[in-house]
Amino acid sequence: MTSERPNADIARLPQPTGEDAQSRGDEAGKTRNVGGNGGAACTVEDLRVGLSGRDIDVVDDIDLLLEPGEVVGLVGESGSGKTTVGTALLGYARVGALIEHGRVLLGERDVLSLDVKDVRQMRGEEIAYVPQDPASALNPSIRVGPQLVELLELRDIGTAEERDERARAELAEVGLPNDDEFLRRYPHQLSGGQVQRVALAMAFLPRPKVLVLDEPTTGLDVTTQGMVLDTMGQLCRSHRVAALYVTHDLAVIANIADRVAVMYAGRIIELGPRDQIFDQPAHPYTRALLDAIPHLKQARALSGIPGRTPAPGRRPTGCRFHDRCAYAQDRCAETEPEPYDVGPDHVARCLRVDEIGSWDINLGTVPDSDPDKARDLILSVRDLDVFYGRKQVVHDVNFDLARSECVALVGESGSGKTTISRCVGGLHRGWTGTITFEGRDLANGARRRTNEDRKRIQYIFQNPYLSLNPRMTIEQIVKRPMKLFGIAKGKAATDRVVELLEQVALGPAVLKLQTNRLSGGERQRVAIARALAAEPDILVCDEITSALDVSVQGSIVSLLEDLRKSRGISMLFVTHNLALVRSIAARVEILKAGRLVEHGSVVDVMDSPTEDYTRQLLENSPSIA
Amino acid sequence: MSTITATGSGLRRVFHQRRLVAGMIITALVVALAIVGPWIAPYGEHEIVGKPFTHSGSFLGSDYLGQDVLSRVLAGGRSILVISVLATALGMVGGILIGLLAAYVGGWFDEVLMRLNDVALAFPQILLALLVLSAVEQPKWWMIVLLVGASHAPRVARLARGVALGLVSRDFVASAEALGESKLRIVLAEVLPNMSAPLLAEAGLRLTYSIGMVAALGFLGFSTDPGGADWGLMINENRLGLLVLPWGVLAPVIVIGVFTIGTNLIADGITQLAEKGAES
Repeated sequence: MTSERPNADIARLPQPTGEDAQSRGDEAGKTRNVGGNGGAACTVEDLRVGLSGRDIDVVDDIDLLLEPGEVVGLVGESGSGKTTVGTALLGYARVGALIEHGRVLLGERDVLSLDVKDVRQMRGEEIAYVPQDPASALNPSIRVGPQLVELLELRDIGTAEERDERARAELAEVGLPNDDEFLRRYPHQLSGGQVQRVALAMAFLPRPKVLVLDEPTTGLDVTTQGMVLDTMGQLCRSHRVAALYVTHDLAVIANIADRVAVMYAGRIIELGPRDQIFDQPAHPYTRALLDAIPHLKQARALSGIPGRTPAPGRRPTGCRFHDRCAYAQDRCAETEPEPYDVGPDHVARCLRVDEIGSWDINLGTVPDSDPDKARDLILSVRDLDVFYGRKQVVHDVNFDLARSECVALVGESGSGKTTISRCVGGLHRGWTGTITFEGRDLANGARRRTNEDRKRIQYIFQNPYLSLNPRMTIEQIVKRPMKLFGIAKGKAATDRVVELLEQVALGPAVLKLQTNRLSGGERQRVAIARALAAEPDILVCDEITSALDVSVQGSIVSLLEDLRKSRGISMLFVTHNLALVRSIAARVEILKAGRLVEHGSVVDVMDSPTEDYTRQLLENSPSIA
Repeated sequence: MSTITATGSGLRRVFHQRRLVAGMIITALVVALAIVGPWIAPYGEHEIVGKPFTHSGSFLGSDYLGQDVLSRVLAGGRSILVISVLATALGMVGGILIGLLAAYVGGWFDEVLMRLNDVALAFPQILLALLVLSAVEQPKWWMIVLLVGASHAPRVARLARGVALGLVSRDFVASAEALGESKLRIVLAEVLPNMSAPLLAEAGLRLTYSIGMVAALGFLGFSTDPGGADWGLMINENRLGLLVLPWGVLAPVIVIGVFTIGTNLIADGITQLAEKGAES
């Protein structure tokens, strides 16, 4: 081990660029030599996690190195195995999976070869874990104070007074109050951001050397997310903690990580310094991911990645991305690529990395939608007040929607954006004011509206896992609106269904399937097809991409864009993602606590916001550009 | 992920179907026994074969009147099974209707309906049955079906409401509302099919209770045919001879037990099959 140390230090230095990128032997040697590095906080070598009892890998061939004080972003889409890698660092594999081989070195010790007792000792004290959903990770029946010091108590560290003191100091460090009142609170008495910071404080309290964070800010509003991320970054740097930040969100990674590892189908396919990954991505998958991400500063033509992420056991031979890769050749299906050096400290697993040329982020840029375009209004909302019971949640909202236009309703959770969209869609009845559709007033609930009105305004829900009846086939689901509105019957209806499914890029193969056979993105396409089946003039889209991976979001957005242009459909697009707004919408309405604070064309509002709240939202929105 | 569940459920499917198949075989055997029993019985239902509680007659011996136990077990299944199944069906349908309506309509209607339901739940089922049955001269079979069914309905209603509540707030129901589907269709075509798994499991359990209750009523003397062979009645008739010749009690108890195991295995199997279908 010790003899390898000098070698390992060299490995961290920038590699000479002239080195032959094809030297597979050297490359493999390099990653091996990194092992035993006394300087690294944590070293992962040749890790493989498989499904127990079968020769199927969940993740394979993982080499990773975490330096003290460094945040490494592990990014991948759902099913890529990123969480599996994260938990493997703690010597844990979920039920049904097994860590087959590899080493996770904490200093000189290999976590994976420790016995159960030692691993338990190590977890929390030396390597800590912050879960995705802290609300479910904190015990709802234990107050914040005792919960914070639970681990110290268990390990018998310090006296009760010392523990209390440390807990208070830690709370101050994560920016939370540390008085008795706060310590006596139960987790449900905290806000989402506070819960997440309590979880962070808990993880930092025993002063671990390594921290694994599993999407800790998913589900938080951008402002809260910004604060949590800042706190995390500061703590890691000031305490020299090495952090592995697992996420699907490239924009977050771009803001906090020092180095980035991109995972696809159980492999790290590209690893390098953050700037390199975002400015000069080498792997076609990384490039495709970046092409799918909307930017705050400029509208982009978003594109998805065709096909879907292969699940363990269905992953192709050779390069695992070759069946979805625009640059793939025959040899990509045969040879499994080793990591090639593409720059200083930057490796990519692609056979054609030298041949596919450079990449420019600006290729996807399109002009912003014209703010001065003439508008032919189709829907007007005037003086809208919305109530839940006696509580008023939306106050005096006014906005318009023109033909073939996309208007975005933007705000944080609780701003009333979804509530407004539900009123327009006829799903919520408790409102006053007027919603005028083509000159006539719409009734409060869908049941009181005319068939014609119901047909022409279609609502698409946020979560495609809930919005499609699991007992029906895709054909039944898409056909139903046609029958209800008398658009088509029998054979003609089936033909229409096939046509619609082709429009949303699904094809007739799914006709007889139930929704549980489809992925999230495919389900959302079915939901879109169902809405289109009614031949609507207005689509009300409620956060329809927030449950989906970015590459899927990219293809859904480009599909909607096509529909808007080709059929002249107007869209009311509810979202919390300002970057997405820039790429999809012409006008934007910013909401805060049920009131409209700013509105106008996307270019005006986003380039020169007049309200503090808008500015604050823009500043906190993570973006890669 | 889909592969994990697909192949995983492949393994489990065999296991689960085994459970289902075993349940079906057991149930079918008991039902067959009850149906063809009267024809293959070595003696008649009321035929005296020897002294009470002796090893006369066929191998299970004789009962308190000296009738053949085996023959009476073979003859006594039909009525109890038919009555139990009908009572269960009645209780399920009634309970599901109440629960679904309460969950879908909601508001004060739900409140009133479910509080009335609580009152019905608080009333001891067997007491109600005894009250009614002792008021009539000769209980008819349909009375027992009605009473046992009615005692199930409030319990089924609670479950059905609980399951339906989780479904009526789902977006696919909201989506159907927005399209203007009729309320009846939403309840029957959108909500009900999604409730089948827990309801099937409940049906298995209810059938068990039905058999138990019908047998208990028989034991207490409220059977449609006081002298006739009936598994529940047999337990009552022969309990005095339990120490002398236990078969008079044990044989009907075992058949009832095996039957309930069979039906519950089926219910479990179907539930798990449905869950697996939802996963893969």
